[in-house]
Parts: sequence; C-alpha cells; structure tokens
Amino acid sequence: MTKQVQQLDRVIIRFAGDSGDGMQLTGDRFTAETAKFGNDLSTLPNFPAEIRAPAGTLPGVSSFQLHFADHDILTPGDAPNVLVAMNPAALKANLGDLPRGADIIANTDEFTKRNLQKVGYAANPLEDDSLAEWRLHSVPLTSLTVKALEGFEISKKDAERAKNMFALGLLSWLYHRPTEATIKFLEAKFAKKPDIAKANVAAFQAGWNYGETTESFSVSYEIKPATLAPGVYRNISGNQALAYGLIAASVQSGLPLFLGSYPITPASDILHELSKHKRFGIRTFQAEDEIAGVGAAVGAAFGGALGVTTTSGPGVALKAETVGLAVATELPLVVVDVQRAGPSTGMPTKTEQTDLLMAMFGRNGESPVPIVAPATPSDCFDAAIEAARIALKYRTPVMLLSDGYLANGSEPWRVPEVSELPDISVEFTTEPNGEDGTTFLPFKRDPETLARAWAVPGTPGLEHRIGGIEKADGTGNISYDPNNHDRMVRLRQAKIDGIDVPPLEVDDPDGDARVLVLGWGSTYGPIAAAVRRVRKEGGKVAQAHLRHLNPLPANTGDVLRSYDKVLLPEINLGQLALLLRARFLVDVISYNRVRGLPFKAEELAGVIQDVINSD
Amino acid sequence: MTESLNGKGLALVPRAEGKQTLKDFKSDQEVRWCPGCGDYAILAAVQSFLPELGLRRENIVFVSGIGCSSRFPYYMNTYGFHSIHGRAPAIATGLAASRPDLSVWVITGDGDALSIGGNHLIHALRRNVNLNILLFNNRIYGLTKGQYSPTSEVGKITKSTPMGSLDKPFNPISLAIGAEAGFVARTIDSDRKHLQSVLREAAAHRGTSLVEIYQNCNIFNDGAFDALKEPETRDDITIRLEHGQPIVFGAGENERAVRPAPQGGVEVVRRSEVADDEILVHDAHRPDPSLAFALSRLDEPAFAHVPIGIFRSVDRPAYDVLMSEQLEQATADKGKGQLSDLLLGGDTWRIN
Ligand SMILES: Cc1ncc(C[n+]2csc(CCOP(=O)(O)OP(=O)(O)O)c2C)c(N)n1
Ligand code: SF4
Ligand SMILES: [Mg+2]
Repeated sequence: MTKQVQQLDRVIIRFAGDSGDGMQLTGDRFTAETAKFGNDLSTLPNFPAEIRAPAGTLPGVSSFQLHFADHDILTPGDAPNVLVAMNPAALKANLGDLPRGADIIANTDEFTKRNLQKVGYAANPLEDDSLAEWRLHSVPLTSLTVKALEGFEISKKDAERAKNMFALGLLSWLYHRPTEATIKFLEAKFAKKPDIAKANVAAFQAGWNYGETTESFSVSYEIKPATLAPGVYRNISGNQALAYGLIAASVQSGLPLFLGSYPITPASDILHELSKHKRFGIRTFQAEDEIAGVGAAVGAAFGGALGVTTTSGPGVALKAETVGLAVATELPLVVVDVQRAGPSTGMPTKTEQTDLLMAMFGRNGESPVPIVAPATPSDCFDAAIEAARIALKYRTPVMLLSDGYLANGSEPWRVPEVSELPDISVEFTTEPNGEDGTTFLPFKRDPETLARAWAVPGTPGLEHRIGGIEKADGTGNISYDPNNHDRMVRLRQAKIDGIDVPPLEVDDPDGDARVLVLGWGSTYGPIAAAVRRVRKEGGKVAQAHLRHLNPLPANTGDVLRSYDKVLLPEINLGQLALLLRARFLVDVISYNRVRGLPFKAEELAGVIQDVINSD
Repeated sequence: MTESLNGKGLALVPRAEGKQTLKDFKSDQEVRWCPGCGDYAILAAVQSFLPELGLRRENIVFVSGIGCSSRFPYYMNTYGFHSIHGRAPAIATGLAASRPDLSVWVITGDGDALSIGGNHLIHALRRNVNLNILLFNNRIYGLTKGQYSPTSEVGKITKSTPMGSLDKPFNPISLAIGAEAGFVARTIDSDRKHLQSVLREAAAHRGTSLVEIYQNCNIFNDGAFDALKEPETRDDITIRLEHGQPIVFGAGENERAVRPAPQGGVEVVRRSEVADDEILVHDAHRPDPSLAFALSRLDEPAFAHVPIGIFRSVDRPAYDVLMSEQLEQATADKGKGQLSDLLLGGDTWRIN
C-alpha cells in the first residue's frame, strides 16, 4: 500500500493524557524533532498544579500543545488540528477546543467502563456516533506497545509506560519528523537502565512502523522548513532564556551573579537552571523564604555582585519591603516576577498579567521602580540583560515581569553572537569624590543619569554607611530635614523617569490605520497573530508593544494620541489601561479576559475587527 | 581548604599594614542613644577591640536591622548597612557568602532578632555562614518606646501589656543551640573585659557566631540585669563558663558547683557537698550540644543562676567556604564557563 503525502503549511497538535502518562516529555520530544527539522514553532504546556491528581480524572489531565509551520508563527495556536487523547479524561477535557473535522487519535485500551465512568461518559464515545464530526483514529496504544515489547526484559508496567513513545513514533511518522535525536535522547535518559532504554526506543520505532503499515492512517503530512533569518537556532523556553540572559548579564557586566531565591511555581526553573552553571562564578542561594532571598541578593549587591531574586506574585508581595530598601539605598537589583494567576495562591500553573500595578506601586512611600516585560519566550533573554543594564547603570531595583505562559512556552531562538550583546559594565568608585579630595560622598550623583556613586567594601578610604533611613543627598548622612526629604523623593523619581528606554515602535504597513492595538508582555504573540488575520481580511490596524512599562517610552503619549482608537488587550482587569488613562488622558479601550490562559488569535482578531467597525 | 580554616574565622580577610587604634573605628557621626544606655558601653568595647584583630578597616562590614541597637553601624568607621527590621542576617548572608574576604558583623536587638527576624536568625545559625551576630538583649522594644519583647519575662507590664505579658520568653542561648549554632556565647555590657574576650573567640570562629549581650535600656527596662551587676548578688548568681575549667561559682559559704544530674541535664549544688571529680568540667568543644543546652537552662526560673561566657564553640565547615568550593569544583571539572558555548549548547540547527 503506498500512502498519500499531503503538503500542509501549519499544524497544531495537542498531546493530552493523565499526569502520569508523560505528555510533557512526549511534547518536548516532538518539539525537539520539529525544531531540528527547521519548522518555526511555538508551544504551550498546560498541566495541573498537583503532581499527581487522581489517575484518570479530569483535574489530572496534562497537555502539551505545539504549533509548527513552514512560515514564522507567533502563538501556540488557537485550536488543535490533532488531539492525541491517552484516556477518556483527556478526550473530555479537550474536545471543546477541537474544531469539527480535526483528527482525534485515541488510546482505546484506556476507554474501559471504569475510566469512562470516572469522567461521566455513559457510553463509550469511541463507539457511539458522538464523535462523527471529527476524524477518529482508534488505536490500542497500550496493548500495541506491550505486544511490541514482548521478549524484552522489563515488567509489564514498564512496557505499558512506554506507550507515550509509541504515540510519539506514530506522530513522528505522520508528520515526517526526524527520529535520530529522540533515539539518542532515550538512550541518554535511560543510560543507567539499558533495558528500559531499548524498550522505549523499540516502542518509539513500533509506533512509526504502525503508522506506515496500518490502514487507519492513509495520509501522512509534510510541512516544509520555515524560512527564518539566517543563523544558528535552538528551541528555548522563557525560563531557560531568562536564566541565560542573567548569565549573559553577569558576563557582560563583569560582575559575579548572586541569586537569592525561594522555590515557587512557575519561577523555580530559573533557580534550577542557574544552579547548574557554577563555573560561571554564579552563586545560587536557596533561602528560607522570599524575604531572605531578596535580602541576600541586596547584601550581595552591596558587596559588588549582580544581585538577582526570582519569584512569582506571592513572593513579590513578601519582598516589597526589601525592594523598598534597595530603592532607598540605591543599590542595583533584578527582581524577576514570573506572574501567575492570583489572588493569593490562585492557580499556580496558570498565566496572568495581574502583577503590573503591584510592581509599579506595591511598596510603602514613593518608591519608583523600573519595569521591563519580555514579549516572547526567547525575548526573556534580552529582557533579562536589559533589566540588569538598567539596574546597574541607575543603581536601582528593576522588576522583570515574565509570566507562566512565557516561562513554560518555547520557540526557536536565533542564538546571538556574544559580540552582539551589549556591554553593561559599570565602574565602582575607588577614589574620594568629595570637593576636598579626601571625603567620599556615597550619594553624590552622576549629573546625567542621577545614579549615585557605588563603592564596595574592600575599597580603602571609602568606608561609608547606607541604610533605609532618609539620608542627605551627597553625604548619605541620616537626615530628617523636610526640604531634603522632598528633594530626595523627587530625585529618586527623576532618576527612574530619566532612564534611557527606546521609543515605542509602531507597526502600520500602510500608514493609514485609525485603530492601534497596544499590548505589553506575553500578549505579543496572540496580538500580532490577530493583527495579521485582520490585515489579511483587508482590515487596517496598527500594532505597538510596550517592553518598558516604567518609565514608558517618551513617545508613548504621542503614539496613543495619533490614533482614533486604542485597543489594549490584557490578561487582567485593565491595569496598564489605568496607568495610560491617568498619565495621558487617553480613553483606551480595554479588552480583558482572566482565564489563566493566553489570548487566542482568533478571539483577538474578532475584537479588533469590532473596534474597527464600530464607527 | 575547609579543614584548615577551622578556628581561623578571619583567615581570608586581608590584614592591615600599620597599627590601628580605637580612633580608626570611630565615625564622624554623633552618637544618639539615650544618655546612660548600655549600647554606649558595647560600642566603646567593640571600637577598642577591633584594632586587636588587625584587619583592614575597609574589609569590615557592620550590618544591622532596626531598633536602637541597630543604629550601631553609623558609629563605626567601617562599611555599614542599616537595613530593615529583622532582615540583617539574610542581608549579611548574601554579603558574606559572596565576599569571603570580608569580616561581617550583624548587630541586632531582641525584637529584631527573635521576633520579626526569628526565621532568618535560626536559618543563619544552622547554615553557618561566616558571620558574627551580636544580639543586644535589653528584654524590651527600645526604639518603639517600651513594648514587651520576646525575651521579656512573663507578666511584664508595658504600654502594650497593661495587665502583664502572657507569653513565655525565648532563651536566646537555648534557641541558638537548638538551631544548630556552632558558636554560642553570652556576655554583658558592663563587663568590658569579658565582652571583649567573647568577641575575640567569636571572631576566630569560622562560621556563624551568636553572642548574646545583656544590655541595659535605662529608659524602658532599667535594671533588667542588676542582679548580675550589683556586688551583693553578682557573684552568687553569675556562672563564668571557661573551657576546660570545673564549673564553680559564688564564694565562701555560698560557693556552688554544677554537676551532671542523675536524671540527665545538670544541677547546681553546694560546693561543699560535691567531690572535685563530680564537678562538671566545661567543654565548649563537645560536639554533642545537650550539655551546652542544659547549661543554658540554669537561669530558670528567673535568673536563678546565669551562665556567661562561651557555651559552645564547635567547628564545622562554613557555608561560604563550601559554596566557593562548589564553584571551584565545577570549574575544575569542566573549565571556566564560556558564554558562547552555553548559548550554543543543546540541539541547534543552522539556517543559511
Ligand atoms: C516592618 C517593621 N515593623 C515594625 C517596625 C517598628 N519597630 C522598629 S524597632 C522595633 C523593635 C525594636 O526592638 P529591639 O529589636 O529589641 O531593638 P532595641 O530598640 O530594643 O535595641 C519595632 C517593632 C519596623 N521598623 N519595621
Ligand atoms: S530607649 Fe533604651 S535602648 Fe534605646 S537608646 Fe534609649 S536607653 Fe538605649
Ligand atoms: Mg530590645
């Protein structure tokens, strides 16, 4: 039987199964194969906060969505073309997202009476007509895997466990993915258990062969490599890119990196990653709590290190007082907030943009802090360097607002040459800077940046004391003088307001759009994809994206005022909108959804179209 | 490396060239504690002790929290950081862990260290970063004008407890020993010689040293330690712990001794009632902390007998040294990190 090969320009696959089914690993491997093949891609893992919710239940479903294409893409995709459902729960939890006509590959072995009951199916949906509108491929994945592994020296349980690799093999055949890297990966992963390694490789290959021989798959698909800008690429998640950005910032500043952190989802992976790179002189300190994490980072900064603390919203709340101390003492510090759904514990594994106002105002007193927000997973690399640059140059804590979507999502990244990276080195003060030539004035400022002199312990003759109490400008001596305080409040604000941030760029190909869609942070991908759709339909819309939230680019007001309407989608209840209205008196139109999930391009395209039409 | 640093808390700190004097350590800031405050005596004792260490002044850092006592760094002509309430151990941990060439001193109060900062204190102690923590215990909140503190005695009448405080106080020495501290000592503001001898040992200890200093707040808790200062009572209740010496105190007919108690722990008995070899010989270096803990309980109830001196001085590897060693090990194993190798690591592909 020769099988038909069909060309596609893009595909969205969702792997879904029980938390114990290894769906994240399966998705990661398919992503790696796809990256290697040269498609552009974007991923969206989605997993429960519980490590192992009860097996076979809806809350226990874990999924991984991957969008790949022969052209550049911006999001993990709205609706899957293919759903791999490892059990009834996975089918039930995901069917709602599946457009009619999409493929469903279901593991029939798991559709037992008991499992069906667990999720409230009265009848087996694979056997009644309820899935008639989709293209159903019923595959006994578990039993096929067990059969393929007969004769291997492994337990039945281990054989059953390899079903995810069977599924991966099948999908790899279906989409013509290269397989060598996965085989190598499995051999390395199970290097200490060669039997398990062999079994997994065999299951993977059996899945491939099954696709080739079975009649239930008559067509396979080709998606040509994408034509991306020349260069060397790798696939990278937001958290990994952010960690690499911090390491790069350490190298490019010439300062040792000190990370003080306390584990919290979805930020912990940055701590994990940085703790692997000690040979860059990086010290990672797992503190007793978030307050100690940031405190240690501030202490290290006082000693001349690049002090960093990583956390999520609940941790930022705890760190507020110490960030204020860094504002008052004017020490550099990078505070990474990987935002998650709140309030309180909220939904730890779900994404949100709800910490903007906390980053902006969540401290006592007038304590302005610059805010940088990456737009895509790979942009976390550059955003981390930028945050460190601002922190060091202006001697200030900087908030870096990532989120769960960026943290765990991944995309191909053109790896920069080290020579392309900015030099962010700073000079410590080593000589007295007072008029008399002998005294040191720790709060004497650079007239241009307003940054204070930074002298570190170990520098002879510059012994000085700093602290959270109000201090006289220049000398740094304790001062309760009313006019001095007013002056210091204004100086600290002016320093932040004067930070050199690049102007806001507007993308408006024809130059005659009357509607601007503005975004910040991780909504970049969905907004840009939506804008493309609208333009494809002939709609005219301009797009701009803010990477610096404080200070805002100098031309922000002019940009906003030059459009009839400004649409601002946010995964919160309008936090940036509040700031922009207050600051520029521009009546931006908010679009807000706070579902713990990223926007969908189609949804936003509709919203944009409505705004264009609503004249 | 780890072993050789034991007992040499300052081995990595560069030494001063010339001779130093007390004046070298006085800052130009006017000292602003209430006249008669015990903090003055401690400041003077520290300032006159530091020249003895012979360290470069620029490599000494005083880090404090908030409280009357925490103003201390402003008066020292070294590097200093007056931080926020309770957090000094955390801030000092980051500094000392990343700068093993510094001699880092934490100044804290009983409220600062044991109330708001209790969590940081216990973790600093178990972690054993090279820090010297001086806990100024005046058994009251001084700066906020006299509320009871976590070391105030039960029934303390203050502005916030007009009918008496209800909660049992901490014994800072017991707490520190329970928190795995390697060096634990107690001294008193009025006895400069003793205070300085304790500081000397604390500085020599590589790792976290906790020194509780009884400090009189003459405004809000005057006389809290009078029993240890008045000639009539002083000698009868003060137990001066000295390593290698039998634990005896008091004089004449009030002479007493400490001996192991039959049911565990230790007990105070009349000197005349025990044979010489029954008396407990103080061993500060004993790895097992239970005897040191038992000694710390002798002040129950309310200052019955108060041991001062070094309860425990046991070496174990310091966190900062271990951390540096991991960095060195990682570099020795795989070479110094190269940014381009890192960025290009993992699966890559080229597009032309
Ligand atoms: C977050 C915070 N809470 C409360 C205070 C108020 N406060 C300042 S010092 C202090 C207690 C000080 O007592 P102690 O640590 O014993 O120091 P002392 O003044 O007795 O030397 C309190 C409650 C503060 N500065 N910060
Ligand atoms: S209030 Fe007490 S502790 Fe504070 S300065 Fe005055 S006497 Fe000293
Ligand atoms: Mg006190």
